[in-house]
Amino acid sequence: MLVIACGALAREILALIGQRGWDHLDLHCLPAILHNRPDRIAPAVEAAVTARRDRYDRVFVAYADCGTGGDLARSCARLGVEMIEGPHCYAFYEGVAAFEAKGEVTCFYLTDFLVRQFDAFVWEPLGLDRHPELRDMYFGNYTTLVYQAQTDDPALTDLARRHAERLGLGFERRLTGYGELETALARA
Amino acid sequence: MQAVSETTATDAPIRALIRPKDIARPEECRDMADEDDLILSELDDEELVAQMFDDLYDGLRDEIMEATQILLDRGWAPYDVLTKALVGGMTIVGNDFRDGILFVPEVLLAANAMKGGMSILKPLLAETDAPRMGKMVIGTVKGDIHDIGKNLVAMMMEGAGFEIVDLGINNAVESYLEALAREKADILGMSALLTTTMPYMKVVIDTMKEQGIRDDYIVLVGGAPLNEEFGRAIGADAYCRDAAVAVETAKDWISRRHNQMQAGA
Repeated sequence: MLVIACGALAREILALIGQRGWDHLDLHCLPAILHNRPDRIAPAVEAAVTARRDRYDRVFVAYADCGTGGDLARSCARLGVEMIEGPHCYAFYEGVAAFEAKGEVTCFYLTDFLVRQFDAFVWEPLGLDRHPELRDMYFGNYTTLVYQAQTDDPALTDLARRHAERLGLGFERRLTGYGELETALARA
Repeated sequence: MQAVSETTATDAPIRALIRPKDIARPEECRDMADEDDLILSELDDEELVAQMFDDLYDGLRDEIMEATQILLDRGWAPYDVLTKALVGGMTIVGNDFRDGILFVPEVLLAANAMKGGMSILKPLLAETDAPRMGKMVIGTVKGDIHDIGKNLVAMMMEGAGFEIVDLGINNAVESYLEALAREKADILGMSALLTTTMPYMKVVIDTMKEQGIRDDYIVLVGGAPLNEEFGRAIGADAYCRDAAVAVETAKDWISRRHNQMQAGA
């Protein structure tokens, strides 16, 4: 089976493949920076599926809706492939139902990937490297940076805490593990 | 940049800004200094407005505030400074954002500069007979705390002569409807940045229909994940892709309403 995944999930999916012995899975990742351009996700996924599916029995798309507003789900339905349920990775790492029940509107979430790539994916695209005075225009309505930890890594936790300080937010860490990413891949 | 203070005959201090036009390497500064230094107060009106367009584009708040005061001191009506200099300059910023030349950080800096100018003009506009276009209640929907786009729309709508009642973020339907009634507003503006919160706009519009008040208001919606199709599907009057479109759309709908009311009279 081919798994087409967001690059932000690469390390986690490879870890799961190793831990669960999923030798039947081949992983192809799309650039994680599409996270910042959700309008480009569905076309990129469709192109990747179309280009590669002939070599596999099945294809699974390891994306949630990810801000596509249903476009990715429509593409996957048209392609006859399945994808991960839920609005985004923050939801499937915690469990979609549990995440929605929390209703945390003032929390800003970082995963292991985003903690590592914070400057490239958050700080610089928002122009905060050049204009730190814009920080509160972006984050003034948030209260807390929630670090959703897929791995138990004190260095990453410390880095996440420093990101919270840079954003002027409170800090909370939740050890989610791989959450519904693991269950979705197991069922696929 | 070097600020030099001098006092005019009216005792109102005017600060002349000496600023290199382009950022040059230090070894070039000496040669470039004479031809590129710019003193805002020495520019004629046309040149000063053009410079304000550039300074808005570059997000230079202090310069915009300085130039705003210079135009007022020269006898410009506050409404003309607002529309010809500030709104004119922000329109260029909006066009370049739409065309992918400028991005969100630059637009925010430009908006911040415009707000600086408007902070000087707003008290003066309230005292004058600046044309009033209508009243808009605006807010981000329930569950959504993002307000950058909403704030830009509110600012540009104020610049266009609309009175704005800004409800802020995370607004439930009751908040919108209470404000519309209390303020006797003409327009409801709803904003969302998340695909998970934008469906709430339909909740608000459906509630308005249930209460028989949908047709009493113009409903405009906007936000990054929205599009024309979504706006139509939820029963809004229009989807506005950016602040400039919101202003033109609002003016158009207000004009249509006035024409309808006159035709019915």
